[in-house]
Amino acid sequence: MLYSETVMDHFRHPRNVGVIEDADAVGEVGNAKCGDIMRMYLKINDGIITDVKFETFGCGSAIAASSMATEMIKGKPLKDALTLTNKAVVEALNGLPAHKIHCSVLAEEAIKKAIEDYYKRNGIEYDKRDFPDCESCSSCQN
Amino acid sequence: MKVYADNAATTRVSRTALHAMLPYFDELYGNPSSLHSVGQRAAEALYEARETIAKCLGAEPREIYFTSGGSESDNQAIISAAEAGQRKNKKHIISTAIEHHAVMNTLKKLERQGFEVTFLDVPENGIITPEAVAEAIRPDTALVTVMYANNEIGTIQPIAEIGAICRERGVIFHSDAVQAAGHIDINVVRDNVDMLSISSHKFRGPKGVGALYVRRGVPLSRLIEGGEQERGRRPGTENIPGIVGMAAALYESCEYMNVVAPKIAAMRDRLIEGLSKIPHSILNGDPKRRLPGNVNFCFEGIEGEAIVLLLDEYGIQASSGSACASGSLDPSHVLIAIGRPHEIAHGSLRLTLSEENTQEEVDYILEKVPQVVEHLRNMSPVWRDLVEGKREYVIQ
Repeated sequence: MLYSETVMDHFRHPRNVGVIEDADAVGEVGNAKCGDIMRMYLKINDGIITDVKFETFGCGSAIAASSMATEMIKGKPLKDALTLTNKAVVEALNGLPAHKIHCSVLAEEAIKKAIEDYYKRNGIEYDKRDFPDCESCSSCQN
Repeated sequence: MKVYADNAATTRVSRTALHAMLPYFDELYGNPSSLHSVGQRAAEALYEARETIAKCLGAEPREIYFTSGGSESDNQAIISAAEAGQRKNKKHIISTAIEHHAVMNTLKKLERQGFEVTFLDVPENGIITPEAVAEAIRPDTALVTVMYANNEIGTIQPIAEIGAICRERGVIFHSDAVQAAGHIDINVVRDNVDMLSISSHKFRGPKGVGALYVRRGVPLSRLIEGGEQERGRRPGTENIPGIVGMAAALYESCEYMNVVAPKIAAMRDRLIEGLSKIPHSILNGDPKRRLPGNVNFCFEGIEGEAIVLLLDEYGIQASSGSACASGSLDPSHVLIAIGRPHEIAHGSLRLTLSEENTQEEVDYILEKVPQVVEHLRNMSPVWRDLVEGKREYVIQ
């Protein structure tokens, strides 16, 4: 099979799909031309991610990676969410095919984008180097 | 319910083809090059298969060369014409923007070797005009290669008209008929083709075998060095079971085409009509001038690989021209060529029917596809933006 049973489970029954209308932070990465967009909504209370929802336009592994990533950060402190790596998402999914690894990168980056949005909205100082820079991304050349 | 609707990818081997092949594995297993009786039985089977295939295509048996499949046939045809052209200092080739990779990548290789290739643009319906070919022909044109019918969007090209122009202008004309053979009527004489590629597994024969028709007098180069098989043009011991199976499958397909094709086309048209009702969806390719079994749609706001995977969960096997489905970053070159923007081309679904599909299966597909599209749209940020007016619909 192309995908592990865990990937298929998260694809068939994605966790935390949807929108948080009064989200404290929103992060979006990817673009429709490339065929992948992920949007993460966070609810944050006292530095803890109390709720998270996602919307994804993309392939099966993009949906599964978003779903898994939301599970991995829900209820966690922001600083822990910031250290979530795409590698950890891939491991939690029991692996992704080589040409689908970028889906896990998008999940990591969508979370970071949302956290950056939270810092910006609340005037919290942060180190820009900790966050993805879409301008320098080479995976989308369209 | 299990519905196999990916017959352009490959087909189930027909009972007729399977039974025809079986004796050639363990009873009549001789090498047709052997002089003894066991070998000569295989040689007879090879002779008969060649006759059958020639007859189905309107060719002479000596004009049929057996190969390993469509890709090899395409490679050999194009490289042969290029080499013949080069000997006369003709290094220009004409093709289209929607060819199969077996043609496209062979032409790109020739470009790197100094050939100039004109890839003709196609209009939105995916059908080129004979006039466009006529205008592109130059004194140094060595070859025109145009697919008979497209593997993704199913559109059928005006092959006989293009062939007539090439014949008049003295240019070799090759057609990749891999998707057409066994599904629509082909006659190499009527169609004025000089070379034509076919592949067994697309018309219910076995995989790993194909044929190349080469009109008498048209030069054919070898790609493989070896013995004198296929009159020295395609060395290697012949795949006798495969060739016998291909001949049986093609004979059966052509024999019953008049009965089977209209039935398949009726199911195709029901699918097209039904899927058109999904909001912001669009049919790819010409609605009528297309293969009897081909349906190809784009659905705005979602991605094709996800559609295919979810349909598979419901037992429906289909395919997509999305980038994610192919393992590359770029979506189908065919959908881009007919003018679909990237974000739309990512959301394509191809359903390809055979005579084994039923009206009940069509009903089932028409029930499940809208559900899958809705499910994926409900989790798509692109769809949300479209609905909320933050992004403009591309497909009205």
